[in-house]
Amino acid sequence: MTMHIDIPEETLSSILAKAFRNTAFVAGFVITVLILAMAVISYVWTPYDVTRLVISDKTQGPSLAHWFGTDHFGRDILSMIMVGARNSIAVAFVAVGIGMGVGVPLGAFAAARGGLVDEALMRINDLVFAFPALLSAIMITAIFGPGAVNAIIAIGIFNIPVFARVARAGALAIWPREFILAARAAGKSSTQISIEHVLPNIATLLLVQGTIQFALGILAEAGLSYLGLGAQPPMPSWGRMLFDAQTRMVAAPWMAIFPGMAIVITVLGLNLLGDGIADILDPKSRRQR
Amino acid sequence: MTAYLLKRFAIALATLVLASMVVFAVLEILPGDPARLMLGMNASADQVELLRNQMGLNAPLAWRYLHWAGGLLSLDFGRSYTYSVPVLDLVRERLAVSLPLALIALALSTIIAIPVGLFSASRRGRAGDTVAMGAAQLGVAVPNFWFALMLIYVFAVWLRLVPAGGFPGWGAGIWPAAKSLMLPAVALALPQAAILARVTRSALIEVLNEDYIRTARAKGLPYRAVLWRHALRNAMIPVLTILGLQFAFLLAGTIIIENVFYLPGLGRLVFQAITQRDLIVVESVVMLLVAAVIAVNLVVDLSYAVVDPRLRSRQ
Amino acid sequence: MSLLEIENLSLTIGDTPILKDLQLSVAPGEVMGLVGESGSGKSMTALTTMRLLPHAARATGRVSFDGIDILAATEDQMCALRGDDIGMVFQEPMTALNPVKTIGEQVAEGIRWHTKASRAEAEERARKMLDRVGLPSAKFPLSRYPHELSGGQRQRVVIAIACALKPKLLIADEPTTALDVVIQAQILDLLRDLVAESRMGLLLISHDLAVVTEMADRITILRRGEVMETGETARTLSEQLDPYTRQLAQASMHVPARAKPHATGEGKPLLEVEGVTRDYPGRRIALFRRAPDIRAVDDVSLAMAPGQSVALVGRSGCGKSTLARMILALDRPKSGTIRFRGETITDKGEAELKPARRDMQPVFQDPYGSFDPRQKVEKLVAEPLHVLEKQPTRAERREMVAHALHEVGLDQRDMDKYPHEFSGGQRQRLSIARAIITRPKLVVADEPVSALDVSIRAQILDLFAELNQKLGIAYLFITHDLTVARAITDEVLVMHDGKIVERGKTSEVLDHPQSEAAKALVAAAPDLHRAIARRMQEQG
Repeated sequence: MTMHIDIPEETLSSILAKAFRNTAFVAGFVITVLILAMAVISYVWTPYDVTRLVISDKTQGPSLAHWFGTDHFGRDILSMIMVGARNSIAVAFVAVGIGMGVGVPLGAFAAARGGLVDEALMRINDLVFAFPALLSAIMITAIFGPGAVNAIIAIGIFNIPVFARVARAGALAIWPREFILAARAAGKSSTQISIEHVLPNIATLLLVQGTIQFALGILAEAGLSYLGLGAQPPMPSWGRMLFDAQTRMVAAPWMAIFPGMAIVITVLGLNLLGDGIADILDPKSRRQR
Repeated sequence: MTAYLLKRFAIALATLVLASMVVFAVLEILPGDPARLMLGMNASADQVELLRNQMGLNAPLAWRYLHWAGGLLSLDFGRSYTYSVPVLDLVRERLAVSLPLALIALALSTIIAIPVGLFSASRRGRAGDTVAMGAAQLGVAVPNFWFALMLIYVFAVWLRLVPAGGFPGWGAGIWPAAKSLMLPAVALALPQAAILARVTRSALIEVLNEDYIRTARAKGLPYRAVLWRHALRNAMIPVLTILGLQFAFLLAGTIIIENVFYLPGLGRLVFQAITQRDLIVVESVVMLLVAAVIAVNLVVDLSYAVVDPRLRSRQ
Repeated sequence: MSLLEIENLSLTIGDTPILKDLQLSVAPGEVMGLVGESGSGKSMTALTTMRLLPHAARATGRVSFDGIDILAATEDQMCALRGDDIGMVFQEPMTALNPVKTIGEQVAEGIRWHTKASRAEAEERARKMLDRVGLPSAKFPLSRYPHELSGGQRQRVVIAIACALKPKLLIADEPTTALDVVIQAQILDLLRDLVAESRMGLLLISHDLAVVTEMADRITILRRGEVMETGETARTLSEQLDPYTRQLAQASMHVPARAKPHATGEGKPLLEVEGVTRDYPGRRIALFRRAPDIRAVDDVSLAMAPGQSVALVGRSGCGKSTLARMILALDRPKSGTIRFRGETITDKGEAELKPARRDMQPVFQDPYGSFDPRQKVEKLVAEPLHVLEKQPTRAERREMVAHALHEVGLDQRDMDKYPHEFSGGQRQRLSIARAIITRPKLVVADEPVSALDVSIRAQILDLFAELNQKLGIAYLFITHDLTVARAITDEVLVMHDGKIVERGKTSEVLDHPQSEAAKALVAAAPDLHRAIARRMQEQG
């Protein structure tokens, strides 16, 4: 499939000015910063200690003392959500890093080389795509044992073909441009051209895909830890909190509602951020408004 | 046309073979001796060795792969260690839950998403579009298992309209069985529908900017007619791509959703098999799911050719 | 009584004014030429008449068609008019047709919609119409898809759609700009015949004064949304009363002042191409079977002397760009050799090519696509310095860039800007600055002025001529535009189907072409002098 890339031709300041007029971007940016701040603050301060079990306080509804209520061990849900954010963000972030770090060079290389190399890399991509990501993540974590690190690897591996595909499609759209021909006529090698001309021009594409994969990573991590394959107790994680809530739905619905909301808001924020960036930087979508 | 079809078939077949090697290889390196696992910790080394020979575990790797792959082709998946029944029977029984579930979810997602996408694209920038896309944005962000929990809370716990989980089996009658699949299908379908609606909308909007849309308008066709006659079919290609990808998502989604609803489906089977180290079951089910994904992608590739005449004559 | 009468039309899109007090009329059976450079508002005038403007556009004034007030008409009324009484042909035939519908369906669709004819009747009429525009159903059945047709054939389909219901007015917006000259002449003939046949009014929009002169009875000249002059074509262009009209006409015929050609023929040739052939693999027709290879360049030989300016002309697809790429060592021939400064370059690796690259630089067609928008001018213009043996220091580099910018008439402060801060003409100057920074002996320019407006084109041609004199650079101009070839080259090579079919002094070949291909090119090429003369003659 071919793809058209309109390269926006503007300066940083005009882009920033536009960014702060874009509702999706501003909303996404604010949410993302708040969630990040929450995760960072949790290192130094949480309303309650999440490792201490206070059985006398167990399964209490939301109150002034415990805004989001407490769980079946009397731990403060808000504090657990704050600490859980760390885990979700770290897993998704590193997984995106793995996907970009390996996938983008692969995709750019495939596009630069073309021919058999390209064909072979894309077939390998097809192969990875044939494995439903979550199923494989379950297999990987089951084999190597549950835990945050294995969850990162499992999610990261399946980000690789995604980024490889996006990078390749973007690079293929850049390669036929005349400025690439000019660079070739100046004697630049395909590696130099990929680094100097191709990558900067597909950076926005990758950034947008990055926010999407980040959001998917949060969802995947939540799924894995819900199944007990992510971060292990006593480290709180959003998915695990939902698993604990499931059997207590009738007595303590807040145990399910608040961690779920945390996931929804985080993913929503990242998706809005991605939409906003795409909107601002892609003149095609801007023309539509 | 034939060249395109043949190439797609060849690629699908090659992917399937490679996938089977990967599955086999991954499970080979899985820690733990299945023979010891089956016999328990108290078994003597001789007993374990005997069983290993019986199971063919001491044969060379390539031979074992061919034996296994040949077995798959003749639908002989072997026997489950833990259930002690042929894997085929197990799979068949579980498929009766998972397949209807995935299909209902896929149908539901398509039926919701395409009209919403059309509606939004034709009302771009207006209130209806904003509301629909806001809802879609939210839908994409919702994890399906949490959505499932909320559905259970509202429809099963609160309103008591449907069971909170479990599956009575098709033997109990179509209606009770279908009723217990309703919430799981909705939980699976809605987040997917949100994605699909967004893709449909943006594909349509992209197409509506094309020159040939202007040509059609210059013919005197009203906007609505142009949308239906010219835009929709051209927008189908990205929509089909996403539909194909979603099938894989739905299959994986069943693993979690079946766990939420305690449904005896394939997803739950493979999850339990992994935790119990029931290798033969894992291998077989994973292969089955992978084959399904490859087959669906092949169908998507073929449907491109139906939609786009350029593919029929090129390549 | 006019068919189309536009009075005091003003148009804004958002806050940007597009048209100001525009006056225009088209009578039945009349061809009105609407001429202007890019951004003059030509296309917006057409879209206003069709009421197919973007949402943010606001039009005031009066547009009346056949007694109907277009600006006040309801959308239903407009739908009834479009395609029935007013037809429209667009610039880009490659994208103007729906790729997933057959040409029969697309032509018949409007017929069925407006006349409520049955499918069979509509198809019959579509077949007749396609036959009329030169696509006989024996060779082009209704079941063909657009991608199976060439650009010219697709434009015929678009014309068939527009004219299927014998509209009273046809609006053609740059209908031949995307086509090569020979096809252009055919399409213009077709339009002329259709007008004569049914007394259809034609509003022909074009940037090309020669094309309009050949076609139009009257002409309206538009500049920045305002009408500069309107009147009978021959008189308007021969008298050139309005200064802008004069400027346009002169720019269209501009020939840069050049001294006698540099040392031709003496000494060693700069470039020698011997028996060069290049094939492209045929498309795959079955899994293991391909169509025969397509020979893009077929046993071509040529030689260029230092300082010589040579044109390589030919229709689109004749292989001229492929040849240019091989000369620039961006592509390799299947057989044959290319020698540059006496050294063979066709068998060298990228590292060994560096010295050759230093002496040989390209200028491309698209002033927008030939610069990486993410880099500043300094880096872009300095890019070819990469091939120097000794890399210059930062200060030296800036010095060299400043000098190159100065030579092409730009300010040295421009080096800290991004390409988007320049106009199309300025970008082409940047392109030339980049090409000459290494002081090359040869510049290969692929359609370097065809994307520019005529007035800018004249300036760039002057610049090329000046640099040829000053620096003694040899040029290989690849162009389809004989006016450009005539203006700036000493020798011309005519290429057809991958072969060079004629060569000689530019003026001789263009005045007295010998080969069929050259004759066809010359006959089809629009020429303002000739067109005005013919117009004057017709009127006696």
